[in-house]
Amino acid sequence: MADPDVLEAPNILEYPYTRSTGLVIGRFFTSLRDGRIEGIRGTDGRVHCPPNEYDPVTGESLGDDAFVDVGPGGEVTTWAWVHRPHEKHPLDRPFAWALIRLDGADTAMVHVVDAGDEARMTTGLRVQPRWRHERVGDIHDIEAFVPEDA
Amino acid sequence: MIDVAVVSFAQWSAREEPARNEVEILIPVVAEAIERSGIGRKEIGFTVSGSCDYLAGAPFAFVTGLDAVGAWPPIRESHVEMDGAWALYEAWVRLQHGDIDSALVYSFGKSSLGDLPIVLSQQLDPYYQAPLWLDSISAAALQARAWLNAGHDEGEMAEVAARSRRAAKDNPNAVVSGDQSAEALLREPFLVTPLRRHDCPPISDGAVAVVLAAGDRAREVCERPAWIRGIDHRIEAHGLGVRELATSASARLAGERAGVDGVDVAELHAPFSHQEPILRDALGLSNGVDVNPSGGALAANVVMGAGLTRIGEAASRIMDGRAARAVAHATSGPCLQHNLVCVLAGDAT
Amino acid sequence: MAETTEPVTMIDTPIELRYRFTAGLAQSRFLRGVEQGRLLGQRCPQCKKVYVSPRGACAACGVPTDEEVEVSDTGTVTTFCVVNVPFYDQKMEIPYVSATILLDGADIGLMHLIQECPSEDVHMGMRVEAVWKPPEERTPSLESIKYFRPTGEPDADYESYGAHV
Repeated sequence: MADPDVLEAPNILEYPYTRSTGLVIGRFFTSLRDGRIEGIRGTDGRVHCPPNEYDPVTGESLGDDAFVDVGPGGEVTTWAWVHRPHEKHPLDRPFAWALIRLDGADTAMVHVVDAGDEARMTTGLRVQPRWRHERVGDIHDIEAFVPEDA
Repeated sequence: MIDVAVVSFAQWSAREEPARNEVEILIPVVAEAIERSGIGRKEIGFTVSGSCDYLAGAPFAFVTGLDAVGAWPPIRESHVEMDGAWALYEAWVRLQHGDIDSALVYSFGKSSLGDLPIVLSQQLDPYYQAPLWLDSISAAALQARAWLNAGHDEGEMAEVAARSRRAAKDNPNAVVSGDQSAEALLREPFLVTPLRRHDCPPISDGAVAVVLAAGDRAREVCERPAWIRGIDHRIEAHGLGVRELATSASARLAGERAGVDGVDVAELHAPFSHQEPILRDALGLSNGVDVNPSGGALAANVVMGAGLTRIGEAASRIMDGRAARAVAHATSGPCLQHNLVCVLAGDAT
Repeated sequence: MAETTEPVTMIDTPIELRYRFTAGLAQSRFLRGVEQGRLLGQRCPQCKKVYVSPRGACAACGVPTDEEVEVSDTGTVTTFCVVNVPFYDQKMEIPYVSATILLDGADIGLMHLIQECPSEDVHMGMRVEAVWKPPEERTPSLESIKYFRPTGEPDADYESYGAHV
């Protein structure tokens, strides 16, 4: 515990950041706003979702012609169960973090699975997005993933 | 190449420093490292530190650290917003120029001031991951499960934690130590499944400092300098879903380049228990190697200093003759994204 | 569902992180002294310079500054600026003067406000004194001093502060 002679004060860091997306990330978020998910195909044929702006092998920039539809469903490649969510987490009840490889993609995206119960979670679980009603064009447009047979 | 050696090491850590601020913690640690080095404070050719402003939540927080150094007359100085192990790498590179023959490297930080796992979520991809506030424990838990899925079991994790705690009993700077068995630890509840509290590093406040010297200067001031025989660092993609999390390709490559073979001792910067076997495998360490005799990052984890501490701990065992050849490792970023490997040896090897 | 068909070009990513700030031993002692109406500096055992407000170490020598030295609340303006620019959360009416004041007995200047004189009259070498809040209003903060005002004394000799400009 802090020494009573030593002065202490709360220090709250707050930044109202906005970030410009650029063309590739902008297109991905525009599709999310429309209720669709897109990945981007690199020069070696691997599809990245979420998309990256540069080919991970050659470094060339990737553009509009490299986009492909993926998902909406996919499979959990790894997961972790949060018993006590932090106030900043996307959900306020126990949930799973997961890496989800959407159908048609070769890489996985980080998101949450609102599985309800830890016992529902397993590597390989098929999940699909639960879309937010009011979408703005960011990663939260997917409110969470849910088991496909829910 | 110019031969560079670690000639002194000092550290201090505690679960929470109740009164002193970061600079007040750092002052005696830097003073001790300089005194033990045999090199005068004003003779030091280059000073470089590793720290993170987000531990205190104050921009340019690291600048006040210079009060502990005495930067007058003006000194050659640098800083990395990274673990001090990378500051040491920069010092090693600087010494290769040959115009100076000594360097002071230090790290400091009080993780107790903020909500560290949530703070670390903000180092992630700013579009796809940071807005979800994926905290560092949850990210490590994703990696732990990937590793378990690859054919390992939680008993191995508990063994790492139990062994680290036992070793830490001999470390006056350990924040966590004890005799709990792996079986007892496995009975504890999960924090973020599959990680339990003992699989995670303890919050720690502290500071660490190392003095490097080159060639003849090292031989003049130190009876048994810990020579850096190899040092290399490699980084992987930042997207967690792009990487193979159950193995560490970057640690393997850095280890190959640094030349890890024939070591007696390994100090591995594995803040989470499952990361130790991942690193052992990546570095090709045989069962005979003494891993983390200090207790490692599970015993004390001064964020931004834990990697530099591994180098100091490995070096100190060479300087006092307990080991002939050692490897020290440091990591940065989520889930072992970025890895630095440093091979140290005494004169004969 | 979206109200716009324009492509997304920006996202909002607000950050809020909560910390505790600890002043540490040296600064806490200094601020508690200010609350008592005293300005407590610290002297370096090597170079003998007196630091106000102290941070526990001599920035030049890198050693702890253990010796406490009380300094005067009267001093000399070594430099100053007149603030004319309005900014967020500004508490003062512009224009106002912010100055570095070398208090008698100290070797480091302290930054504070100059009031009770027209801003164009402030100059290097001007002698000033602290105007304190009444004891019951003081807190462990330099705001316990409302501002500094001219004492009316003749200007300090340049030699007495020239090394600090």
